[in-house]
Amino acid sequence: MLSGEPMERQEFRAPEINGVAPAPKAKKPEKAKPVPDPLVKVEDLSLFYGTKQALQDINMNIPRRQVTAFIGPSGCGKSTLLRCFNRLNDLIDDCRIEGEISINGKSIFNSDVDITDLRKRVGMVFQKSNPFPKSIYENVAYGARIAGIKKKSVLDDIVEKNLKRAALWDEVNDRLNDSAMGLSGGQQQRLCIARAIAVEPDVLLMDEPCSALDPIATAKIEDLVTELKNKFTIVIVTHNMQQAARVSDYTAFMYIGDIVEFDTTEKIFLNPAKKHTEDYVSGKFG
Amino acid sequence: MPNLWKAGDAYIWISGLALMVTLVMIGGLLFLIATKGLGSMWPADIGRYELRDGSAYLGQLRARESVRGGDGVSGSEFRVKLKIGNRDIYGLDFKWINEGDVKSRDYPRDAVVLERHEWGDYHGYLKEIRKNGQVIPGTDPEAFSVLLGLIRDANRIHERILKIEKGEIGDINYGIEKQRLKLKGLAVRGEHNPAKEAEYRLKIKEYEGRYKTSEAKLEALYAELNRNEAVMLSAGGNEKTIPLGKIVMAHRPNSMGFVEKAGFYVKRFWGFVSDDPREANTEGGIFPAIFGTVLMVLIMSIVVMPFGIVAALYLREYARQGVMVRIVRICVNNLAGVPSIVFGVFGVGFFLYGIGGIIDSVFFKEALPSPTFGTGGILWASLTLALLTVPVVIVATEEGLAAVPRNIREGSLALGATKFETTWKVVIPSALPAILTGLILAVARATGEVAPLMITGVVKLAPDLPIDGHFPFLHLERKFMHLGFHIYDLGFQSPNAEAAKPMVFMTAFLLILIVVVLNITAIVIRNRLRKKYATSAV
Repeated sequence: MLSGEPMERQEFRAPEINGVAPAPKAKKPEKAKPVPDPLVKVEDLSLFYGTKQALQDINMNIPRRQVTAFIGPSGCGKSTLLRCFNRLNDLIDDCRIEGEISINGKSIFNSDVDITDLRKRVGMVFQKSNPFPKSIYENVAYGARIAGIKKKSVLDDIVEKNLKRAALWDEVNDRLNDSAMGLSGGQQQRLCIARAIAVEPDVLLMDEPCSALDPIATAKIEDLVTELKNKFTIVIVTHNMQQAARVSDYTAFMYIGDIVEFDTTEKIFLNPAKKHTEDYVSGKFG
Repeated sequence: MPNLWKAGDAYIWISGLALMVTLVMIGGLLFLIATKGLGSMWPADIGRYELRDGSAYLGQLRARESVRGGDGVSGSEFRVKLKIGNRDIYGLDFKWINEGDVKSRDYPRDAVVLERHEWGDYHGYLKEIRKNGQVIPGTDPEAFSVLLGLIRDANRIHERILKIEKGEIGDINYGIEKQRLKLKGLAVRGEHNPAKEAEYRLKIKEYEGRYKTSEAKLEALYAELNRNEAVMLSAGGNEKTIPLGKIVMAHRPNSMGFVEKAGFYVKRFWGFVSDDPREANTEGGIFPAIFGTVLMVLIMSIVVMPFGIVAALYLREYARQGVMVRIVRICVNNLAGVPSIVFGVFGVGFFLYGIGGIIDSVFFKEALPSPTFGTGGILWASLTLALLTVPVVIVATEEGLAAVPRNIREGSLALGATKFETTWKVVIPSALPAILTGLILAVARATGEVAPLMITGVVKLAPDLPIDGHFPFLHLERKFMHLGFHIYDLGFQSPNAEAAKPMVFMTAFLLILIVVVLNITAIVIRNRLRKKYATSAV
């Protein structure tokens, strides 16, 4: 999926879509929008897969304890940007990053940053639910075990607390030692959320968490997101504009590796500043 | 019918047919081995064949075949193969008789089969028993049960003798050898230490004293063993006196019911599985071979698993995928196709002479020039087989690792796990079923392998098991017996191949049985793991 992304982007590089020219290339980097109490700051971030540029001079501030949604057509770089926050792009051999991301004022690209420590602070939920082939209990306890917690009572507490937070406890508390593979798709995704928040991260990244789920399971996850923003800063990538409108406080519209517009969700959906954004959110293309 | 070809029906039929032929072949082979092997142990009725020339034999019918055209003398059309036993009298255990030569045949109820420690079976009648100088005539209705009781007593004495020989005398030999090596060690190191020397010599004297007492005990037991005798009469009227200590079992097949025969069969089968071989392996059991085979496979598994898994992990998870890794992978695959005898030769050169030689020259200097590890042994045979099977494990493990979905690895990394933690806690457990498949293949191949073993440590008779009561209990330098080699030895190296034939089938049967048991064990474990670590989402 990762290596496929730049290719998709290439296909999408149409000169004009519905009479709208793609965002101008050689523009001045915009100043990051002022948001109250930003936790994550992105400055002049560019990302290259080999020679292909996937992200172009991104500037944005992500507010603390709010839900920020990234919307945009396939291959526009939403997931790539999301994966910058926990440096999961490091796994790709020819991926090169310029610019700066800082969380709580500390750069995440500094050489003294322990990458495992960063990932403990920035949790992630993936597009396809990916529970480990272990028991439900072990899935949730995984992060704690990695962190070196061995005491059974502590682990028990962590598992119970986070399954409750993920609204899964009532459904699974009688079969914690069963394989997580026996859960339904929606349950698996909520288990992955429980697993991610069990590490007590500052930021929770969600990469299209509902794209493989039915409407009922999706609604559950969306409720959960609204619930969790009291505790975590959430960044969610979604294809589904209604979903962005429902769950997010801020929305960024991305197009071909660039942020076209970033503002409160209300503004993006009701009164976008740019025609391009309006065309997208109103369904004229995309 | 072109449509049939186009739709592919014909190909389906052809593949189905091919599968069926294969299954029938496998099934037939198993059936042949099982019947020939298991059938030979059944206590068949023993017939008394009186021939026209006046001679008579007591024998079990083993085969019947047509002689086309006859031999011109008797004009008979069939001949039968009898197991007549009494090798010490007739020279051979088996005899072909033309049916036309047979004057009469009956099944005397009092015909006795004696299984002896030497000379194979004896077929005849019980004439009398000499017990403590007292004579019990064979016509006495209680005579046979007295005989059975006496044989049981004799067997108990035998066990005691074995215990003394393997236990006490074994300990003594072990002690003497140790002191002797200490003495020699002094000489090798050039130390001059008369006090120590005297001490060692004194200990050897002590051991020799103990040996004398043990020997005396043994002599007494042997005398007791051979005190009672059975006087037997063969079909031809030859009289033979057999000390009861020389008899393993006695039975009268013609007067046994089916249940009795079945009981006897089980007893005999158990003896075959649990006893040591006798008479150049053609009689007795094959326990040391079973033990050696299983132990060797276990050691091989213990060695091959970590090596194979680590190599596959490196190739798949850590090495930069490129030309070099691809070349290594091709080489590994080709290694699996190298003839096993080549591995055997490598094992001799590398393990026996190379590593074994170094171990000997460093740790077992006193024992030189007689080698300890510098000669064939179960460790070197196992290691050679591990080399032979490691490609199988590598290939299977790599496939298992490749099948672990990427998003599961990313899930672990995103939780702050290092690559090592991810590999150890998530990737390997997910790949375990595939790894076990590799082990199953490796075990199946290793169990059936003979050629490399013949030169790295298997012998036709190894009186001492690789495990015993002397420190360090597991003697990896010892030579051992192996079922595969046993088949070869019995069938093709035996002085009495005809008598050994049932043993060959039985041994083959047991070898297959062991492979099946080992595989089923691994498959059960694998299925459990599969359930536990199922990787398919939803």
